Amino acid sequence: MAADRKQIEAKVIEIIADQLARDKEQISGASDIANDLGADSLDLAELMIAFEENFDIDIDEDKVGEISTVNDVVDQICKVLDSNE
Amino acid sequence: MKKRVVITGMGLVTPLGCELEAVWKKLLEGESGITPLVDPELNCFRSKIAGQCRDFSPLPYVDSKEEKRIDRFAQFSYVAGIRAVEESGIDFSKENPFRCGAIVGCGVGGLGEIERQDAKLDKCGASRVSPFTIPKIMLNAASSHLAIRFGIHGVSYGVATACASANNAMIDSYRLIRDGDLDVVITGGTEAAVSKLGLVGFAAMRALSERNDEPSKASRPFDADRDGFVIGEGAGILVFEELEHAKKRGARILGEFLGYGVSTDASHITQPDSEGVYAGAALSAAVFSAGLNPEQIDYINAHGTATKLGDVAEVGAIKRAFGDCAKSVAISSTKSSIGHLLGGSGGVELIFSLLAIRDNVVPPTLNLENPDPACNLDFTPLVAKERRIKYIVSSSFGFGGHNACVAAGAFTE
Repeated sequence: MAADRKQIEAKVIEIIADQLARDKEQISGASDIANDLGADSLDLAELMIAFEENFDIDIDEDKVGEISTVNDVVDQICKVLDSNE
Repeated sequence: MKKRVVITGMGLVTPLGCELEAVWKKLLEGESGITPLVDPELNCFRSKIAGQCRDFSPLPYVDSKEEKRIDRFAQFSYVAGIRAVEESGIDFSKENPFRCGAIVGCGVGGLGEIERQDAKLDKCGASRVSPFTIPKIMLNAASSHLAIRFGIHGVSYGVATACASANNAMIDSYRLIRDGDLDVVITGGTEAAVSKLGLVGFAAMRALSERNDEPSKASRPFDADRDGFVIGEGAGILVFEELEHAKKRGARILGEFLGYGVSTDASHITQPDSEGVYAGAALSAAVFSAGLNPEQIDYINAHGTATKLGDVAEVGAIKRAFGDCAKSVAISSTKSSIGHLLGGSGGVELIFSLLAIRDNVVPPTLNLENPDPACNLDFTPLVAKERRIKYIVSSSFGFGGHNACVAAGAFTE
């Protein structure tokens, strides 16, 4: 079963909103997690752990550097979930 | 020329609450902040009681993002520090930031966070350990967060001398202002070690009271039936300020820091020198460095943790330092009410002492129903006592043999 992208995006936004103390409404797929939402390097590392725990996946360390927007996160999670099938 | 150092703000987080005046009132009325541990993770060890800050919340002083990044011990000092600054009325944006400092004592730092992340490492592996682990557990985080909050760019650091940490932090702060290096320092101590390792570690030393069925009776300094200290948590933070600086901005002056004495037992890593020789030397130095004689001291806020050895050693120290005056000075241990706040204790106890000066009243030593014959001084048993108080000494003695005593008084031109 291919991962449901909409559901994943909603969950990712929920996690980011919680971690960064933001309203979910302020966050969209295009939001840049560092520049738009104010995450620092520690927040980004903590967020990756939260994504990994929530979706029960491992995100490749090399891919983390490529992530900047919410869409990038969702893409990465979908890719890992699909390859796990 | 040496500068005079005054206190212009005070804030605290204690098992009796976080509102200064309300806490003080409860203390004088003999209320106990010691309660049973209810967390199943914590109430399964030998000592099942503690002085917990049960209703504490760092909100609204931090948002939920910051809350996760700051460990409980540093949240305590953060909130207490902000309260102290609010009371002082100081506006740090108008200060030379390089002449302001933040020095906060703490015994062990983020013990609870160490436990949580270690469990995570064991259970889930290295990749799941939080990047906030180190910035949360380091005990200097307490001073850093206050520096960040107020844009303080002068010196900031943590001080670790176990249960004497707060007094050592305040002594450093006093010296920096006295010697003209700084104008203002946010200082005191904090601790949040009511955790699994805190409870198990101290219990393994047989240092903790196990009077689990009577929590409010468990902390019994100088009583014959004492059986160890009750672990507590919280913070006491003060604003120290150079006198002329405080006057220039029209600050309300709450008291003057007059002097200090420090020494080291250098005998055993935890057991105090049984005669109190070195603790007595520190006590004596605090009195004399303040330009006072023992007969001028009206109140001693004792270390008085209620361990068998520690209390007797402290009585020895007081007798050595005060000689004939030892019998006439009013003494009490406020740990009888809130437990032992470890690295936070000295900050809270200086605040209590300054309030004692303000109101001319000695807070009581609760549960001192059957005084130990070896503790035959005026420990103000059970009820508060009115007394004219102009000068005080507050003592802290830490594991490691650290003795740190501070002297303060009512401010007079």
